[in-house]
Amino acid sequence: MTFSFRESFLRIQSFAHKKPLDVDLEEEMTTHLQFAIEENIQRGMSPQEAERQARISFGGPQQSKETHRESRGLPFLDTLLRDIRYTLRTLWRDRAFAAIAILILALGIGANIAVFTIVNTLLLRPLPFVKSDQLAWLDSNRGIGGLSSMTYKISVYDDYAKQNRSFDQVTAYMPFFGSGGYSLSGRGEPRAITGVMVDSNFFQTLGVKPLYGRGFLAGETAKGAAHVAILDNSFWRQYFNSDPSIVNAIITINKQTYTVVGILPPSFDFGAAFAPGQRIEFFEPYPWDDIRQWGNTIFIIGRLKPGATIQSAQSEVDLLMPQMRATHKDWYSDYATRVSSLSDHVRGKLRSSLIVLWSAVGLILLIVCVNLANLLFARSAARSKEFATRTALGAGRSRIVGQLLTESIVLSAAGALLGLVFAFGIVSFVARQATLALPLLTSMKIDGATLLWALLITALAAVLFGLAPGFLIASANLRAGLASSSRGSTEGKHFHGLRSLLVISEVAVACVLLVGAGLLLRSFLRVLDVDLGFQPSQASALTISYDDNGKPEHRIPILKEILRRVQQVPGVEAAGISDMLPLGRNRSWGFSAVGRVPSKDDSPDSYDAYIRIVTPGYLSAMGMHLRDGRDFDWALDRPDTQSAVIINEAAARVQWPGQNPIGKLVDCCNKNPGVIIGVISDVRQNSLEDAATPEMFQSYSQAGPEGSELIVRSKLRPEALGPALIKTMRDFSPDQPIGEFRPLQQIVETSTSPRRFFVMLVGSFATLGLILAALGIYGVISYMVTRQRQEIGIRMALGASRSDVLFGVVNRTLRLAFVGIAIGAVVSFAAGKWISSLLFQTQPGDPMTFVAMFVIFACVALLAGYIPAQRAARVDPLVALRYE
Amino acid sequence: MAPSEPKLDLLQGTLDLMVLQTLATLGPQHGYGIARRIEQDSGDAILLNQGTIYAALVRLQQRGWIAAEWGVSDNNRKAKFYSITKRGRKQLSTDAAYWQRLTGVMGRVLSLQNEGDNE
Repeated sequence: MTFSFRESFLRIQSFAHKKPLDVDLEEEMTTHLQFAIEENIQRGMSPQEAERQARISFGGPQQSKETHRESRGLPFLDTLLRDIRYTLRTLWRDRAFAAIAILILALGIGANIAVFTIVNTLLLRPLPFVKSDQLAWLDSNRGIGGLSSMTYKISVYDDYAKQNRSFDQVTAYMPFFGSGGYSLSGRGEPRAITGVMVDSNFFQTLGVKPLYGRGFLAGETAKGAAHVAILDNSFWRQYFNSDPSIVNAIITINKQTYTVVGILPPSFDFGAAFAPGQRIEFFEPYPWDDIRQWGNTIFIIGRLKPGATIQSAQSEVDLLMPQMRATHKDWYSDYATRVSSLSDHVRGKLRSSLIVLWSAVGLILLIVCVNLANLLFARSAARSKEFATRTALGAGRSRIVGQLLTESIVLSAAGALLGLVFAFGIVSFVARQATLALPLLTSMKIDGATLLWALLITALAAVLFGLAPGFLIASANLRAGLASSSRGSTEGKHFHGLRSLLVISEVAVACVLLVGAGLLLRSFLRVLDVDLGFQPSQASALTISYDDNGKPEHRIPILKEILRRVQQVPGVEAAGISDMLPLGRNRSWGFSAVGRVPSKDDSPDSYDAYIRIVTPGYLSAMGMHLRDGRDFDWALDRPDTQSAVIINEAAARVQWPGQNPIGKLVDCCNKNPGVIIGVISDVRQNSLEDAATPEMFQSYSQAGPEGSELIVRSKLRPEALGPALIKTMRDFSPDQPIGEFRPLQQIVETSTSPRRFFVMLVGSFATLGLILAALGIYGVISYMVTRQRQEIGIRMALGASRSDVLFGVVNRTLRLAFVGIAIGAVVSFAAGKWISSLLFQTQPGDPMTFVAMFVIFACVALLAGYIPAQRAARVDPLVALRYE
Repeated sequence: MAPSEPKLDLLQGTLDLMVLQTLATLGPQHGYGIARRIEQDSGDAILLNQGTIYAALVRLQQRGWIAAEWGVSDNNRKAKFYSITKRGRKQLSTDAAYWQRLTGVMGRVLSLQNEGDNE
C-alpha cells in the first residue's frame, strides 16, 4: 500500500491520537442511530421496533469502529503492537524460557558487539588523523631488524624530503625514547616523564591541531634554539589540572627551561598509534644539528600528494635511494626502503588475529541462533495445539509466522539490550588495560557504527532462529495437531530429526571453536615456556637519572656509589644497571670480526648487533647466563683500556662459527677494535617469539649509554622493596624523578599481552560455545525423554531394566555428539591451517589439542545426556501409562 | 479476513464513489443522510451496513476529497456534515468515467461468456 504524503501524515497522526477520534466516531454513530430511530418512528414503528431496525441497518458497531480505525490509521502497526503485547504476555507466562533465551542471546550478541568494537577500533576505523589514508610510513632495511636498522640518518631524511615527488610533506620522529627518560622538576617532587623528539612539521603533517597554543615552528629545530614543548592532553589534564594558562609558561625538564607552546587535543594519542602500551607526556623539536652526525635515529612519515600512491612512492624511493647514496660516503646502509600505508604499519600485523577473533565470535552467534532455534522448536511443538486452534479460528499462516517472528524479534531485542550492557562492560574493561600492547586501544568506545552493527546482528539472529520454527509450524499439518494428541505423533519425529541436525551442527561449530582456542592456548603456553635467557621473577627495574655531563669518568664514581647504596638496601641480592632492558626499545651498532672477509652468504645481521650498555653485576642481576669468559669489572674495564665486549651466542655463531670467541678482536665501538671477554646465552630481545639475533654488551665505563635502568634482584615483593629503593635513590640525588618500580615479569607480560588477550577472548568464546552446545544436547535429549515417556513406560512394563533405559538414552546422546565431533574435527583441521600464521611452535593438527577437545566434548556430552537419562530411568511405568 | 480481501476492495471503491456522487448532487450531508440516500438511490438493491460508511468517510477525508464540519441538523441535532471538495469533484469525474468504462467492458465480456455457455 502506498499513501500520498498527506495521507501518510494523517494516518500517523490518527494512529497516535486514537482516543479523540474514537470519541468523535462514537458521537457520530449515536447521532446516526437517533436519526434512524426518529425516521423509523415517523414511518409508524413502535419505539422498540424503530431502535431494532435502526441497529440492524447500522450493522455491528464494533465492526464499524474496527474498519474506521483500519482506514484512518496504520493497521499493520496496530497488528504489530498487538503481536508484541501478546508476545510479552506469553513470554511472561513462560518466564524461565524467556530468561534463558534472553541470557543466551545477550551472551552471543554482547560478545559480538564487544569484538566488533575492538575490530572497529583496531582495524576498520580510519586512524585518528586527518585524511589518514594519505599517510605513508617508510621503513629502512625493508622493515627487517631492530629500530636502528629500520630508521634513517638525518641526512637521508633531509635529502629525501628535498628530492621526492610523491609526498606533499614528510616528517620524522625519533623512536629511541625510553619510558620516563626525562625528569620534570620545579613542580613538587621530580617526576619521570616520557618525551618524543619530532620534526617541527610533525603535527601539521598528521593534521593534528593543538587544542591550545600552536605547533612547532621551523626554526625551533635549529641548533641553539630555545627549548619548547607541546604537552600530551591526558598528561596536561592529570598533571596540570587542565589549566590552559600553562601555555607560554615555563617548565623545567632535565634542568633545562622549556616554554610550553601547545596542548594536544584529546583525540591524539601518540602511544596508541606509534608505541602501543606506552604513554607519552610531551614532545619537543628534534635538535637536527646536534645529532646530524649520528647514525640511524629517525622514522619518516609522509603525506602523499593527490594522485600519488603507496606503489608510486615505492617505485620512486627504489630509484631515489641509490642515487642519494652515491653522493654520501658516510652512509653505511643502502637504505632500501619499504613504503607502506601508515594504517598498515600501525595495525597490519593485527589483521589476521582480529579476523580470527571476529570469526570466532561469529561462530558463537551461529551457535546461539541454533540453540535458540532449538529452544523455540521445543516450545512451538508444545504450542502446536494453540497454533492449530488459531488456524481453525481463521488465522492465516502468515499471521502465525508473523507472530512467531515477532516473538523472536522481541527476544533478540531484549537479548541485544542486555548484550549491550555486557559489551559495554567488556569494552570499558579492555580500554582500561593500559599495559596491553595493542595500538589505538585507548580510543575504544561503543559508537554509532557499533550500534548499527548490533542492530544488524540482532535482526539477523532474530530471522535466523525465528524463521526456522516458523516455517516448520506453517508447513506442518496443524489440523492434525488439534485432532490427535501431539505426543508420539509422526510429526514429532520430523521435529526430532531436525533438532538432532541442529544439535549436531552446534556441536561441530563448538568443536571448531574449541580446537581453535586450544591451538592458540597451546601456542601461548609455548611462548610462556620460551627460554628468555634471563630470569624475570624476583627482579624489578627502576628508571634512574643522574648528572654526569656525558663524561664516562664522571659517570663511573656515580654509578659505583648508586650500586653500593642499592646493594645495602635490606633484601637486595644483586643489582646492576643497563641502558635498555630486553623486550623494550633497542638500538644496534656495526659489529664485525676483525679480519673478516665479506661473503655472499652473509646474512643481514652479519654486520651489526644490538648494543646494550651495562654495569658490572647487571648480567647476574638479570639472571643472564654467562657461558664463557668473565663479567665486566670496574677495575679492568676503564675508559683508558681496550673496549671490552660481551656477546651473545648468536653473535658468536655468526662471526666466529666453530671457534672460541674469547679474546677475539671486533670492529664495533670506536676506532680501535674491541676484545671479546665473555659469551652469554641468547636473550630474547624484542619479543618472546623471535629468536635472538647478534647482541653485544659494553660497559658504562667505556661506551655512551642511552638512559639507565636499575635492575634489582630480591626475594622481597616489589611493593615492599620499591619505597626503600626509591628513598635510597632520592637520598643519593634529590632530583631523582619518581619512576615506576616495575617487576620484570610485568615487562614480559606486556610483551606477551596481545597474545594473552587473544587467547583469553577466543578461549572464553570457546567455553561459551561449549556450554551452549551442552545446553543444546541437554535440551534435545531432555525433550526426547519427555516425549517418549509413554514409550519408555511401555518398554519398562515389558521388562526393560532401568539401566537399559539409561544406557539407551546416553547412547543416543553420545551418537549425536560423536557425529558432531567428527564433523567438527574435520572442519577444525582446515580451520587450524587457516590460523597457522598465528600459531607458535604448534602444528595446526596438534594431536594433543584434538584429543583434549575430544575428551572434553565427550565428557560434556555425557553429562548433558546423563541428566535426562536418569530422569528417563526413574520413569514409573504405571504413572507413565496412566499419564495422558 | 485474508481470503475475503479482494471482494472488500471492490466494494470499498464502489462505496467511495457512491459517497462522492451523493455529496456532489445533494451538497453537505451527515453520515446518516448519505447512507439513506445511497440505499434509496440503489433501490435498496444493495445491502449496506450503514456503519461501514464512516470508514469510507474518514478515508475520503484523509485523501482530501471531502471535508467535514460539525453543525446542527434540521431537527436540531448536533451532527458532522460532509461536503465534497474541489479535488473530490475532480476525483469523482475520473472515477465515474473509469467505472462507466469498466461496467461497459464487463457487460460486453459477460454477454459473450453467456453465448459461449449456451453452445
